[in-house]
Amino acid sequence: MSSPLLSACRVTKRFGGRTACHDVSFDLWPGEVLGIVGESGSGKTTLLNCLAGRLVPDGGSVAYETRSAGIVDVHHLSEARRRLLARTEWGFVNQDAREGLRMGVSAGANIGERLMAVGARHYGEIRGQAIDWMARVEIDADRIDDRPTTYSGGMRQRLQIARNLVSNPRLVFMDEPTGGLDVSVQARILDLLRGLVEGLHLSAVLVTHDLGVARLLTHRLMVMQGGAVVEQGLTDQVLDDPQHPYTQMLVASILPV
Amino acid sequence: MTSSQPALRVCGLAKSFTVHAQGGLALPVLRDVSLAVSPGECLALVGPSGAGKSTLLRSLYGNYRADSGSIRVRQDDSWTELVGAEPRTVLDVRHRTMGFVSQFLRVIPRVSAVDIVAEPLRRRGADPAEARRKAEFLLGMLGIPSRLWALPPATFSGGEQQRINIARSLIVDYPVLLLDEPTASLDVANRDGVVELICQRRDAGAAIVGIFHDTDVRDAVATRVHEVIPPASSPPVSPAGVSP
Repeated sequence: MSSPLLSACRVTKRFGGRTACHDVSFDLWPGEVLGIVGESGSGKTTLLNCLAGRLVPDGGSVAYETRSAGIVDVHHLSEARRRLLARTEWGFVNQDAREGLRMGVSAGANIGERLMAVGARHYGEIRGQAIDWMARVEIDADRIDDRPTTYSGGMRQRLQIARNLVSNPRLVFMDEPTGGLDVSVQARILDLLRGLVEGLHLSAVLVTHDLGVARLLTHRLMVMQGGAVVEQGLTDQVLDDPQHPYTQMLVASILPV
Repeated sequence: MTSSQPALRVCGLAKSFTVHAQGGLALPVLRDVSLAVSPGECLALVGPSGAGKSTLLRSLYGNYRADSGSIRVRQDDSWTELVGAEPRTVLDVRHRTMGFVSQFLRVIPRVSAVDIVAEPLRRRGADPAEARRKAEFLLGMLGIPSRLWALPPATFSGGEQQRINIARSLIVDYPVLLLDEPTASLDVANRDGVVELICQRRDAGAAIVGIFHDTDVRDAVATRVHEVIPPASSPPVSPAGVSP
Protein backbone atom coordinates (compact mmCIF):
# COMPACT_ATOMS: atom_id res chain seq x y z
CA MET A 1 0.00 0.00 0.00
CA SER A 2 3.03 2.25 -0.12
CA SER A 3 2.77 3.75 -3.60
CA PRO A 4 0.58 3.33 -6.66
CA LEU A 5 1.59 0.80 -9.28
CA LEU A 6 0.26 2.89 -12.13
CA SER A 7 -0.48 6.56 -12.03
CA ALA A 8 -2.21 8.48 -14.82
CA CYS A 9 -2.00 12.24 -14.73
CA ARG A 10 -4.22 14.36 -16.98
CA VAL A 11 -3.98 11.96 -19.91
CA THR A 12 -5.42 13.49 -23.09
CA LYS A 13 -5.50 12.06 -26.59
CA ARG A 14 -6.82 13.70 -29.74
CA PHE A 15 -7.41 12.20 -33.15
CA GLY A 16 -7.42 15.11 -35.58
CA GLY A 17 -9.82 17.65 -34.14
CA ARG A 18 -11.65 15.11 -32.01
CA THR A 19 -10.70 14.55 -28.38
CA ALA A 20 -10.89 10.81 -27.71
CA CYS A 21 -9.94 11.05 -24.10
CA HIS A 22 -9.66 14.13 -22.00
CA ASP A 23 -7.79 14.94 -18.81
CA VAL A 24 -7.97 11.52 -17.16
CA SER A 25 -6.18 11.07 -13.83
CA PHE A 26 -6.18 8.13 -11.40
CA ASP A 27 -3.94 5.93 -9.29
CA LEU A 28 -4.02 2.15 -9.46
CA TRP A 29 -2.78 0.42 -6.32
CA PRO A 30 -1.25 -3.05 -6.10
CA GLY A 31 -3.92 -5.76 -6.15
CA GLU A 32 -6.62 -3.43 -7.46
CA VAL A 33 -8.78 -4.13 -10.47
CA LEU A 34 -10.04 -0.94 -12.07
CA GLY A 35 -12.91 -1.11 -14.53
CA ILE A 36 -13.44 1.49 -17.25
CA VAL A 37 -17.05 1.49 -18.45
CA GLY A 38 -19.00 3.56 -20.91
CA GLU A 39 -20.64 3.13 -24.28
CA SER A 40 -18.85 2.61 -27.60
CA GLY A 41 -16.88 5.69 -28.58
CA SER A 42 -16.56 6.99 -25.02
CA GLY A 43 -12.76 6.75 -25.17
CA LYS A 44 -12.27 3.63 -23.05
CA THR A 45 -9.99 1.77 -25.42
CA THR A 46 -8.04 4.89 -26.36
CA LEU A 47 -7.35 5.49 -22.70
CA LEU A 48 -6.31 1.85 -22.20
CA ASN A 49 -3.91 2.06 -25.13
CA CYS A 50 -2.41 5.28 -23.74
CA LEU A 51 -1.94 3.63 -20.34
CA ALA A 52 -0.25 0.60 -21.86
CA GLY A 53 2.09 2.75 -23.96
CA ARG A 54 0.51 1.65 -27.23
CA LEU A 55 -0.58 5.19 -27.99
CA VAL A 56 1.30 8.36 -27.14
CA PRO A 57 -1.00 10.85 -25.40
CA ASP A 58 -1.07 14.49 -26.55
CA GLY A 59 -1.06 15.63 -22.96
CA GLY A 60 -0.44 14.23 -19.51
CA SER A 61 1.69 11.35 -18.40
CA VAL A 62 1.57 7.78 -17.17
CA ALA A 63 3.94 6.62 -14.44
CA TYR A 64 4.58 2.98 -13.60
CA GLU A 65 6.43 1.55 -10.62
CA THR A 66 8.70 -1.18 -12.00
CA ARG A 67 9.81 -4.25 -10.06
CA SER A 68 13.39 -3.17 -9.76
CA ALA A 69 14.04 0.10 -11.61
CA GLY A 70 11.78 2.44 -9.65
CA ILE A 71 9.12 4.64 -11.21
CA VAL A 72 9.28 5.17 -14.97
CA ASP A 73 7.38 7.45 -17.32
CA VAL A 74 5.78 4.96 -19.69
CA HIS A 75 5.99 7.31 -22.67
CA HIS A 76 9.59 8.36 -22.12
CA LEU A 77 11.01 4.86 -22.15
CA SER A 78 12.95 3.72 -25.18
CA GLU A 79 10.94 1.48 -27.47
CA ALA A 80 13.11 -1.49 -26.46
CA ARG A 81 12.54 -0.93 -22.74
CA ARG A 82 8.83 -0.42 -23.22
CA ARG A 83 8.59 -3.66 -25.15
CA LEU A 84 10.52 -5.46 -22.45
CA LEU A 85 8.17 -4.06 -19.83
CA ALA A 86 5.17 -5.15 -21.89
CA ARG A 87 6.55 -8.69 -22.13
CA THR A 88 7.73 -9.09 -18.56
CA GLU A 89 5.74 -7.03 -16.09
CA TRP A 90 2.57 -6.42 -18.09
CA GLY A 91 -0.02 -8.39 -19.94
CA PHE A 92 -2.49 -7.19 -22.54
CA VAL A 93 -5.61 -9.20 -23.29
CA ASN A 94 -7.26 -8.07 -26.51
CA GLN A 95 -10.93 -8.46 -27.25
CA ASP A 96 -10.02 -10.27 -30.45
CA ALA A 97 -7.71 -13.11 -29.43
CA ARG A 98 -6.26 -13.17 -32.94
CA GLU A 99 -4.60 -9.83 -32.21
CA GLY A 100 -2.99 -11.14 -29.04
CA LEU A 101 -1.90 -14.52 -30.34
CA ARG A 102 0.41 -15.65 -33.10
CA MET A 103 -1.99 -17.62 -35.21
CA GLY A 104 0.67 -19.37 -37.27
CA VAL A 105 2.40 -21.20 -34.42
CA SER A 106 1.21 -23.84 -31.96
CA ALA A 107 -0.56 -23.11 -28.69
CA GLY A 108 2.51 -24.33 -26.81
CA ALA A 109 4.73 -21.93 -28.74
CA ASN A 110 2.31 -19.08 -28.03
CA ILE A 111 2.72 -19.65 -24.31
CA GLY A 112 6.42 -20.49 -24.49
CA GLU A 113 7.29 -17.34 -26.42
CA ARG A 114 6.54 -15.13 -23.42
CA LEU A 115 8.70 -17.36 -21.22
CA MET A 116 11.60 -17.14 -23.64
CA ALA A 117 11.22 -13.36 -23.63
CA VAL A 118 11.96 -13.40 -19.92
CA GLY A 119 14.98 -15.62 -20.38
CA ALA A 120 13.73 -19.21 -20.23
CA ARG A 121 15.84 -21.48 -22.49
CA HIS A 122 15.23 -25.03 -21.30
CA TYR A 123 12.81 -26.65 -23.77
CA GLY A 124 11.46 -29.22 -21.31
CA GLU A 125 10.74 -26.59 -18.68
CA ILE A 126 9.07 -24.27 -21.15
CA ARG A 127 6.88 -27.08 -22.43
CA GLY A 128 6.12 -28.17 -18.88
CA GLN A 129 4.97 -24.67 -17.96
CA ALA A 130 2.95 -24.41 -21.15
CA ILE A 131 1.15 -27.66 -20.28
CA ASP A 132 0.58 -26.42 -16.75
CA TRP A 133 -0.97 -23.19 -18.05
CA MET A 134 -3.10 -25.03 -20.60
CA ALA A 135 -4.60 -26.90 -17.63
CA ARG A 136 -5.08 -23.72 -15.64
CA VAL A 137 -7.11 -22.19 -18.46
CA GLU A 138 -8.92 -25.49 -18.98
CA ILE A 139 -7.54 -26.46 -22.37
CA ASP A 140 -6.76 -30.13 -22.97
CA ALA A 141 -3.01 -30.70 -22.90
CA ASP A 142 -3.23 -32.80 -26.07
CA ARG A 143 -4.12 -29.63 -27.99
CA ILE A 144 -0.71 -28.12 -27.21
CA ASP A 145 0.73 -28.70 -30.68
CA ASP A 146 -2.35 -27.39 -32.49
CA ARG A 147 -2.46 -23.90 -33.89
CA PRO A 148 -4.98 -21.46 -32.41
CA THR A 149 -6.64 -21.31 -35.85
CA THR A 150 -8.13 -24.72 -34.95
CA TYR A 151 -9.46 -23.42 -31.60
CA SER A 152 -12.94 -22.09 -30.82
CA GLY A 153 -13.35 -18.41 -29.86
CA GLY A 154 -13.56 -19.21 -26.16
CA MET A 155 -10.46 -21.46 -26.28
CA ARG A 156 -8.50 -18.78 -28.12
CA GLN A 157 -9.40 -16.27 -25.46
CA ARG A 158 -8.28 -18.66 -22.73
CA LEU A 159 -5.06 -19.32 -24.61
CA GLN A 160 -4.45 -15.59 -24.89
CA ILE A 161 -4.93 -15.28 -21.14
CA ALA A 162 -2.45 -18.11 -20.52
CA ARG A 163 0.08 -16.49 -22.87
CA ASN A 164 -0.21 -13.24 -20.94
CA LEU A 165 -0.05 -14.66 -17.44
CA VAL A 166 2.66 -17.33 -17.87
CA SER A 167 5.44 -14.80 -17.36
CA ASN A 168 3.96 -13.73 -14.03
CA PRO A 169 3.07 -10.11 -14.84
CA ARG A 170 2.08 -7.61 -12.16
CA LEU A 171 -0.33 -5.56 -14.25
CA VAL A 172 -2.72 -6.74 -16.92
CA PHE A 173 -4.63 -4.54 -19.34
CA MET A 174 -7.81 -6.09 -20.67
CA ASP A 175 -9.94 -4.77 -23.50
CA GLU A 176 -13.41 -6.38 -23.46
CA PRO A 177 -11.96 -9.82 -22.68
CA THR A 178 -15.38 -11.46 -22.93
CA GLY A 179 -16.78 -9.35 -25.77
CA GLY A 180 -18.29 -11.26 -28.66
CA LEU A 181 -18.43 -14.62 -26.85
CA ASP A 182 -21.48 -16.73 -26.00
CA VAL A 183 -22.70 -16.18 -22.45
CA SER A 184 -21.74 -19.70 -21.31
CA VAL A 185 -18.24 -19.21 -22.73
CA GLN A 186 -18.16 -15.77 -21.16
CA ALA A 187 -19.06 -17.18 -17.72
CA ARG A 188 -16.17 -19.64 -17.95
CA ILE A 189 -13.69 -16.89 -18.81
CA LEU A 190 -15.00 -14.57 -16.10
CA ASP A 191 -14.68 -17.32 -13.53
CA LEU A 192 -11.17 -18.04 -14.74
CA LEU A 193 -10.10 -14.39 -14.69
CA ARG A 194 -11.59 -13.91 -11.24
CA GLY A 195 -9.64 -16.82 -9.85
CA LEU A 196 -6.39 -15.82 -11.54
CA VAL A 197 -6.56 -12.15 -10.55
CA GLU A 198 -7.24 -13.11 -6.96
CA GLY A 199 -4.79 -16.01 -6.78
CA LEU A 200 -1.89 -14.18 -8.43
CA HIS A 201 -2.63 -10.86 -6.67
CA LEU A 202 -2.65 -9.14 -10.05
CA SER A 203 -3.50 -5.54 -10.67
CA ALA A 204 -5.61 -4.92 -13.73
CA VAL A 205 -7.27 -2.27 -15.83
CA LEU A 206 -10.33 -3.71 -17.53
CA VAL A 207 -12.30 -2.02 -20.27
CA THR A 208 -15.84 -3.27 -20.68
CA HIS A 209 -19.24 -2.02 -21.68
CA ASP A 210 -20.86 -4.82 -19.67
CA LEU A 211 -21.72 -3.63 -16.17
CA GLY A 212 -22.25 -7.23 -15.04
CA VAL A 213 -18.67 -8.06 -15.99
CA ALA A 214 -17.52 -4.93 -14.19
CA ARG A 215 -19.38 -5.90 -11.03
CA LEU A 216 -17.93 -9.38 -11.03
CA LEU A 217 -14.30 -8.52 -11.72
CA THR A 218 -13.50 -4.99 -10.58
CA HIS A 219 -12.99 -3.20 -7.28
CA ARG A 220 -13.28 0.30 -8.66
CA LEU A 221 -15.00 1.85 -11.64
CA MET A 222 -14.43 4.85 -13.85
CA VAL A 223 -17.39 5.84 -15.99
CA MET A 224 -16.48 7.55 -19.27
CA GLN A 225 -18.67 9.61 -21.51
CA GLY A 226 -17.47 11.53 -24.53
CA GLY A 227 -13.81 11.02 -23.61
CA ALA A 228 -14.11 12.30 -20.04
CA VAL A 229 -14.45 10.49 -16.73
CA VAL A 230 -17.83 11.55 -15.36
CA GLU A 231 -17.83 9.44 -12.22
CA GLN A 232 -15.54 7.11 -10.33
CA GLY A 233 -15.60 5.17 -7.09
CA LEU A 234 -16.08 1.74 -5.58
CA THR A 235 -17.70 -0.57 -8.10
CA ASP A 236 -20.72 -1.51 -5.98
CA GLN A 237 -21.21 2.11 -4.96
CA VAL A 238 -21.12 3.44 -8.53
CA LEU A 239 -23.56 0.73 -9.67
CA ASP A 240 -25.93 0.84 -6.66
CA ASP A 241 -25.85 4.57 -5.96
CA PRO A 242 -24.87 6.25 -9.24
CA GLN A 243 -24.56 10.02 -8.97
CA HIS A 244 -24.00 11.30 -12.49
CA PRO A 245 -26.95 11.49 -14.92
CA TYR A 246 -25.07 9.39 -17.48
CA THR A 247 -24.22 6.66 -14.93
CA GLN A 248 -27.82 6.63 -13.71
CA MET A 249 -28.95 6.18 -17.30
CA LEU A 250 -26.41 3.35 -17.89
CA VAL A 251 -27.41 1.49 -14.73
CA ALA A 252 -31.12 1.96 -15.49
CA SER A 253 -30.58 0.52 -18.96
CA ILE A 254 -29.52 -2.95 -17.79
CA LEU A 255 -32.03 -5.58 -18.80
CA PRO A 256 -33.17 -7.65 -15.84
CA VAL A 257 -32.79 -11.41 -16.36
CA MET B 1 -12.34 -6.07 23.29
CA THR B 2 -12.05 -5.13 26.98
CA SER B 3 -12.71 -1.41 26.53
CA SER B 4 -16.21 -0.10 26.08
CA GLN B 5 -15.05 2.18 23.29
CA PRO B 6 -17.42 1.97 20.32
CA ALA B 7 -16.39 -0.05 17.28
CA LEU B 8 -18.53 2.10 14.99
CA ARG B 9 -19.51 5.72 15.45
CA VAL B 10 -21.86 7.72 13.22
CA CYS B 11 -22.36 11.47 13.57
CA GLY B 12 -24.71 13.79 11.70
CA LEU B 13 -25.07 11.47 8.72
CA ALA B 14 -27.15 12.75 5.80
CA LYS B 15 -28.06 10.94 2.62
CA SER B 16 -30.32 11.95 -0.24
CA PHE B 17 -30.82 10.62 -3.74
CA THR B 18 -30.94 12.84 -6.79
CA VAL B 19 -32.87 11.32 -9.68
CA HIS B 20 -31.65 12.99 -12.86
CA ALA B 21 -34.24 11.24 -15.04
CA GLN B 22 -36.84 13.13 -12.99
CA GLY B 23 -35.33 16.53 -13.61
CA GLY B 24 -32.92 16.33 -10.71
CA LEU B 25 -35.59 15.42 -8.19
CA ALA B 26 -33.99 15.28 -4.75
CA LEU B 27 -35.17 12.63 -2.32
CA PRO B 28 -33.83 13.23 1.16
CA VAL B 29 -33.73 9.98 3.15
CA LEU B 30 -31.38 10.31 6.10
CA ARG B 31 -30.89 13.46 8.07
CA ASP B 32 -28.61 13.99 11.03
CA VAL B 33 -28.30 10.32 12.01
CA SER B 34 -26.01 9.68 14.96
CA LEU B 35 -25.34 6.38 16.69
CA ALA B 36 -22.55 4.35 18.24
CA VAL B 37 -22.15 0.61 18.67
CA SER B 38 -19.69 -1.06 21.02
CA PRO B 39 -18.24 -4.57 20.86
CA GLY B 40 -20.78 -7.09 22.13
CA GLU B 41 -23.74 -4.88 21.25
CA CYS B 42 -26.39 -5.52 18.63
CA LEU B 43 -28.27 -2.43 17.57
CA ALA B 44 -31.57 -3.07 15.80
CA LEU B 45 -32.72 -0.40 13.39
CA VAL B 46 -36.47 0.07 13.65
CA GLY B 47 -38.95 2.28 11.86
CA PRO B 48 -41.72 2.00 9.30
CA SER B 49 -41.11 0.72 5.80
CA GLY B 50 -39.45 3.45 3.74
CA ALA B 51 -37.94 5.15 6.78
CA GLY B 52 -34.45 4.59 5.41
CA LYS B 53 -33.22 1.64 7.47
CA SER B 54 -31.64 -0.13 4.50
CA THR B 55 -30.27 3.15 3.17
CA LEU B 56 -28.59 3.74 6.53
CA LEU B 57 -27.13 0.23 6.61
CA ARG B 58 -25.84 0.52 3.04
CA SER B 59 -24.36 3.94 3.78
CA LEU B 60 -22.49 2.45 6.74
CA TYR B 61 -20.97 -0.13 4.41
CA GLY B 62 -20.01 2.51 1.84
CA ASN B 63 -22.35 0.95 -0.69
CA TYR B 64 -24.28 4.22 -0.74
CA ARG B 65 -22.38 7.47 -0.75
CA ALA B 66 -23.23 9.68 2.23
CA ASP B 67 -23.79 13.40 1.52
CA SER B 68 -22.27 14.61 4.76
CA GLY B 69 -21.54 13.62 8.31
CA SER B 70 -19.16 11.03 9.62
CA ILE B 71 -18.95 7.23 9.77
CA ARG B 72 -15.94 6.08 11.70
CA VAL B 73 -14.81 2.50 12.23
CA ARG B 74 -12.33 1.36 14.85
CA GLN B 75 -9.44 -0.36 13.12
CA ASP B 76 -5.84 -0.92 14.26
CA ASP B 77 -6.61 1.04 17.46
CA SER B 78 -7.55 4.18 15.60
CA TRP B 79 -10.55 5.63 13.80
CA THR B 80 -10.96 5.27 10.06
CA GLU B 81 -13.37 7.75 8.46
CA LEU B 82 -15.47 6.27 5.70
CA VAL B 83 -17.38 9.33 4.46
CA GLY B 84 -15.40 10.66 1.52
CA ALA B 85 -12.75 7.94 1.92
CA GLU B 86 -10.70 6.61 -0.99
CA PRO B 87 -12.09 3.34 -2.43
CA ARG B 88 -9.07 1.41 -1.20
CA THR B 89 -9.67 2.60 2.36
CA VAL B 90 -13.27 1.37 2.21
CA LEU B 91 -12.10 -1.92 0.66
CA ASP B 92 -9.54 -2.37 3.41
CA VAL B 93 -12.18 -1.78 6.10
CA ARG B 94 -14.50 -4.27 4.36
CA HIS B 95 -11.68 -6.76 4.03
CA ARG B 96 -10.55 -6.70 7.63
CA THR B 97 -13.20 -5.13 9.82
CA MET B 98 -16.72 -4.85 8.48
CA GLY B 99 -18.95 -7.56 7.05
CA PHE B 100 -22.35 -7.14 5.41
CA VAL B 101 -25.14 -9.67 5.05
CA SER B 102 -27.64 -8.61 2.43
CA GLN B 103 -30.96 -10.26 1.75
CA PHE B 104 -29.93 -11.52 -1.62
CA LEU B 105 -27.04 -13.60 -2.83
CA ARG B 106 -25.25 -12.31 -5.87
CA VAL B 107 -24.42 -15.60 -7.51
CA ILE B 108 -21.19 -16.03 -9.40
CA PRO B 109 -21.51 -18.18 -12.52
CA ARG B 110 -19.98 -21.65 -12.21
CA VAL B 111 -18.69 -21.21 -8.65
CA SER B 112 -19.88 -23.84 -6.15
CA ALA B 113 -21.72 -22.97 -2.95
CA VAL B 114 -18.83 -24.10 -0.77
CA ASP B 115 -16.31 -22.01 -2.73
CA ILE B 116 -18.55 -18.93 -2.59
CA VAL B 117 -18.71 -19.32 1.18
CA ALA B 118 -14.98 -20.02 1.58
CA GLU B 119 -13.85 -17.14 -0.65
CA PRO B 120 -13.66 -14.31 1.93
CA LEU B 121 -11.47 -16.48 4.13
CA ARG B 122 -9.25 -17.58 1.23
CA ARG B 123 -8.86 -13.96 0.20
CA ARG B 124 -7.48 -13.23 3.66
CA GLY B 125 -4.74 -15.76 3.03
CA ALA B 126 -6.26 -18.74 4.83
CA ASP B 127 -5.25 -22.22 3.75
CA PRO B 128 -7.75 -23.27 1.02
CA ALA B 129 -8.45 -26.66 2.61
CA GLU B 130 -8.99 -25.05 6.00
CA ALA B 131 -11.29 -22.39 4.45
CA ARG B 132 -13.26 -25.15 2.79
CA ARG B 133 -13.64 -27.08 6.02
CA LYS B 134 -14.95 -24.02 7.80
CA ALA B 135 -17.32 -23.29 4.91
CA GLU B 136 -18.68 -26.85 5.09
CA PHE B 137 -19.13 -26.53 8.83
CA LEU B 138 -21.15 -23.31 8.42
CA LEU B 139 -23.23 -24.72 5.58
CA GLY B 140 -24.02 -27.74 7.75
CA MET B 141 -24.89 -25.56 10.71
CA LEU B 142 -27.25 -23.52 8.53
CA GLY B 143 -28.99 -26.66 7.29
CA ILE B 144 -27.78 -26.71 3.68
CA PRO B 145 -27.77 -30.39 2.61
CA SER B 146 -24.29 -31.60 1.73
CA ARG B 147 -25.40 -32.77 -1.72
CA LEU B 148 -25.77 -29.08 -2.66
CA TRP B 149 -22.35 -27.91 -1.51
CA ALA B 150 -20.55 -28.61 -4.77
CA LEU B 151 -23.24 -26.98 -6.94
CA PRO B 152 -23.39 -23.35 -8.04
CA PRO B 153 -26.29 -21.79 -6.11
CA ALA B 154 -27.96 -20.10 -9.09
CA THR B 155 -30.79 -22.64 -9.03
CA PHE B 156 -31.15 -22.89 -5.23
CA SER B 157 -34.28 -21.68 -3.45
CA GLY B 158 -34.41 -18.14 -2.03
CA GLY B 159 -33.96 -19.43 1.51
CA GLU B 160 -30.97 -21.58 0.55
CA GLN B 161 -29.32 -18.69 -1.27
CA GLN B 162 -29.86 -16.46 1.71
CA ARG B 163 -28.23 -18.95 4.06
CA ILE B 164 -25.26 -19.28 1.71
CA ASN B 165 -24.97 -15.53 1.81
CA ILE B 166 -25.03 -15.58 5.61
CA ALA B 167 -22.39 -18.30 5.75
CA ARG B 168 -20.19 -16.30 3.36
CA SER B 169 -20.45 -13.20 5.51
CA LEU B 170 -19.95 -14.99 8.83
CA ILE B 171 -17.00 -17.17 7.82
CA VAL B 172 -14.71 -14.28 8.72
CA ASP B 173 -14.87 -13.00 12.32
CA TYR B 174 -15.54 -9.38 11.40
CA PRO B 175 -15.40 -7.02 14.41
CA VAL B 176 -18.31 -5.06 12.88
CA LEU B 177 -21.28 -6.79 11.24
CA LEU B 178 -24.12 -5.20 9.28
CA LEU B 179 -27.18 -7.40 8.78
CA ASP B 180 -30.00 -6.52 6.40
CA GLU B 181 -32.93 -8.83 7.18
CA PRO B 182 -30.77 -11.94 7.59
CA THR B 183 -33.78 -14.18 8.28
CA ALA B 184 -36.26 -12.66 5.79
CA SER B 185 -37.08 -15.77 3.75
CA LEU B 186 -36.24 -18.55 6.20
CA ASP B 187 -38.50 -21.06 7.93
CA VAL B 188 -38.47 -21.33 11.72
CA ALA B 189 -35.87 -24.10 11.98
CA ASN B 190 -33.40 -22.36 9.71
CA ARG B 191 -34.14 -19.01 11.30
CA ASP B 192 -33.14 -20.38 14.68
CA GLY B 193 -29.79 -21.52 13.28
CA VAL B 194 -29.09 -18.02 11.98
CA VAL B 195 -30.18 -16.42 15.26
CA GLU B 196 -27.82 -18.71 17.15
CA LEU B 197 -24.90 -17.75 14.88
CA ILE B 198 -25.62 -14.04 15.29
CA CYS B 199 -25.83 -14.36 19.08
CA GLN B 200 -22.52 -16.25 19.10
CA ARG B 201 -20.87 -13.46 17.17
CA ARG B 202 -22.34 -10.79 19.40
CA ASP B 203 -21.27 -12.56 22.57
CA ALA B 204 -17.80 -13.08 21.11
CA GLY B 205 -17.49 -9.28 20.87
CA ALA B 206 -18.75 -8.28 17.44
CA ALA B 207 -20.48 -4.90 17.14
CA ILE B 208 -23.65 -5.54 15.13
CA VAL B 209 -26.14 -3.24 13.40
CA GLY B 210 -29.11 -4.94 11.83
CA ILE B 211 -32.59 -4.76 10.43
CA PHE B 212 -34.82 -7.53 11.78
CA HIS B 213 -38.49 -7.32 10.86
CA ASP B 214 -39.31 -10.50 12.76
CA THR B 215 -39.85 -9.34 16.35
CA ASP B 216 -38.89 -12.75 17.80
CA VAL B 217 -35.56 -12.55 16.00
CA ARG B 218 -35.07 -8.95 17.07
CA ASP B 219 -35.81 -9.79 20.72
CA ALA B 220 -33.34 -12.67 20.58
CA VAL B 221 -30.38 -10.82 19.08
CA ALA B 222 -30.73 -7.08 19.78
CA THR B 223 -29.35 -5.40 22.86
CA ARG B 224 -30.70 -1.94 21.88
CA VAL B 225 -32.90 -0.38 19.24
CA HIS B 226 -32.35 2.74 17.17
CA GLU B 227 -35.38 4.38 15.62
CA VAL B 228 -34.92 5.58 12.07
CA ILE B 229 -37.17 8.60 11.46
CA PRO B 230 -38.96 8.60 8.09
CA PRO B 231 -37.87 11.55 5.91
CA ALA B 232 -41.43 12.91 5.57
CA SER B 233 -41.71 13.45 9.29
CA SER B 234 -38.33 15.16 9.55
CA PRO B 235 -38.34 18.94 9.31
CA PRO B 236 -38.57 20.03 5.65
CA VAL B 237 -35.22 20.40 3.96
CA SER B 238 -34.60 22.60 0.98
CA PRO B 239 -32.91 20.78 -1.93
CA ALA B 240 -29.95 23.13 -1.61
CA GLY B 241 -29.52 22.05 1.99
CA VAL B 242 -28.94 18.40 1.15
CA SER B 243 -26.81 18.59 -1.96
CA PRO B 244 -23.35 17.14 -1.42
